[in-house]
Amino acid sequence: MDALTDLLNGFATAAHPTNLLYAFVGVLLGTAIGVLPGIGPAMTIALLLPLTYSLEPTQAFIMFAGIYYGGMYGGSTTSILLNTPGESASVITAIEGNRMARAGRGAAALATAAIGSFVAGTIGTLCLALLAPQVVKLAIKMGAPDYFAVMVLAFIAVTTVLGSSKVRGLAALAIGLLIGLIGIDPTSGQQRLTLGIPELADGIDVVVVAVALFAVGEAMWIAAHLRRTPVEIIGVGAARMNRNDWRRSWKPWLRGTAIGFPFGAVPAGGAEIPTFLSYVTEKKLTKHPEEFGKGAIEGVAGPEATNNASAAGGLVPLLTLGIPTTATAAVMLGAFQGYGIQPGPRLLETQPELVWGLVASLFIGNAILLALNLPLAPMWAKLLRIPRPYLYAGILFFASIGAYAANLSTFDLWLLLVLGALGFGMRRFGLPVVPAIIGIILGPTAEEQMRRALQISDGQLSGLYNTWFSKAVYVVILLVVVVPPIVGRLRTPKKTNEPQHAEKGE
Amino acid sequence: MAIIVGYVPTSEGMAALDSAIEEARLRDQRLVVVNSSRGEALVDKRFASHEQWDSVEDRLAGSGVEHELKQLVEGKDAADQILTLAHEINAELIVIGLRRRSAVGKLLMGSQAQTILLQAECPVLAVKP
Repeated sequence: MDALTDLLNGFATAAHPTNLLYAFVGVLLGTAIGVLPGIGPAMTIALLLPLTYSLEPTQAFIMFAGIYYGGMYGGSTTSILLNTPGESASVITAIEGNRMARAGRGAAALATAAIGSFVAGTIGTLCLALLAPQVVKLAIKMGAPDYFAVMVLAFIAVTTVLGSSKVRGLAALAIGLLIGLIGIDPTSGQQRLTLGIPELADGIDVVVVAVALFAVGEAMWIAAHLRRTPVEIIGVGAARMNRNDWRRSWKPWLRGTAIGFPFGAVPAGGAEIPTFLSYVTEKKLTKHPEEFGKGAIEGVAGPEATNNASAAGGLVPLLTLGIPTTATAAVMLGAFQGYGIQPGPRLLETQPELVWGLVASLFIGNAILLALNLPLAPMWAKLLRIPRPYLYAGILFFASIGAYAANLSTFDLWLLLVLGALGFGMRRFGLPVVPAIIGIILGPTAEEQMRRALQISDGQLSGLYNTWFSKAVYVVILLVVVVPPIVGRLRTPKKTNEPQHAEKGE
Repeated sequence: MAIIVGYVPTSEGMAALDSAIEEARLRDQRLVVVNSSRGEALVDKRFASHEQWDSVEDRLAGSGVEHELKQLVEGKDAADQILTLAHEINAELIVIGLRRRSAVGKLLMGSQAQTILLQAECPVLAVKP
């Protein structure tokens, strides 16, 4: 019951008019950028990180959480109307959602996505509120080796589970860890990788790295690929569902929530896998298998609920362990560090107002999102008519201001350009950006935990795995690395069949 | 020699197409229909969709005029696109549609039609819906 009392106090914080305003701005902004392909919540929060210099932490995080949730909503709109997912988590939604829109059922698809996101987001947030204090009880007992093991799990999961190529994922992670190493070593005071440049001694500001890799890299990439044939948009009215749609949607919503939340909560990264799992589940359980591939509402309801539930789940490790599972969570962790707040087991004790205010504002944000998105979904689609040169000029402008504001030094602007070119190069050669960001932000913390563990064990390597918890985590890591290739090999003949089915549906 | 018509999927575009077909018949000339986008925005409602483009095709086939359809995404403004093409194929006539514009709109935005009218090397027929 403690959690509930705290949550009610949180509502008192979140219902403060200023905080309500920030929640509203957050979800509005989040939905808008979720709609635009190429611009995700991670980039937006990175661009807004400089705001943290002047805002109260509570207000900043309420806004960031709104962006996080809003981005998940907005992505579905483009998936359904354009077949161009605005966000990686909405890729699966596009399969059935776009077919529905083509068949003239776009309004129902938008509605089931919005209501499903609301249901899943609300249940997920409730789970977050109930689960977080329990995880904290466990986490307090965790020592340095345990933390290090969990962080290694996060690294491995994010690189191997996501994306198409493990080698590329690992390469991106290595780039991130390398950039994270730059600066003065906190234990020995040695300068590392600073190349004798005094400005690098403090390390590279997270704002600069995040903005460079996401915003500048993406802007350059778009500039290099500017011209392309416009896509056809499918016009629909306000989102609406009939009774039959409701009957077919509510079970996938709940199942999607059940799949999404745990996946978000374990440090095994992202919404891509659970949304895919949800889609497969719905395909198996549906009473209308003939509609799959032609626009089945279950195929929209399930994955959309899943991605919002996993967004809620992703906040559990972030708030209780300080471990991000997605790029957005990683950038939020960077924001916490900017305030000098280290998310971890003690966060709930030291910053109860912040944490519970944040959780409560998620409930409020969810309700605002539903109210915004049911009537306005077709209007959001109008954002896609913005010529990209204007859009990205604006993004570059904010990116430069943000990087400059971090330390008020021109050196950071040069750094922004160099890292932006790196971000462009990573996109050019297909390296995912997410592992790099997680490496940069989590790397230094992981190093600290590793060295602490090694100091305790007096340099013995066994100090890294001498607790039962760390051993268990290493076993999980082994499974994550070994099992998917084996399963993949067993599944290969099946997989070649599936695309053919999809083609038949066209 | 040929006649060029700038087509957009609006009533202005349809009016221009109708007049252009008339002219092509009168002059017994080939008709080139152009629809273009700069390709910068993800969605451009002035870029004809497959269905709209097909209906233009049907309309031309029904009219019996010798015709050619060009849908272009070359990063140029519609006016530039039409002027370049008119120069290339040595067009005899350009047909465009004019739309109603508000005072503020005229103040803020340029006009593709105006560019064509002022810079074309051949006569321009401007049609209102």
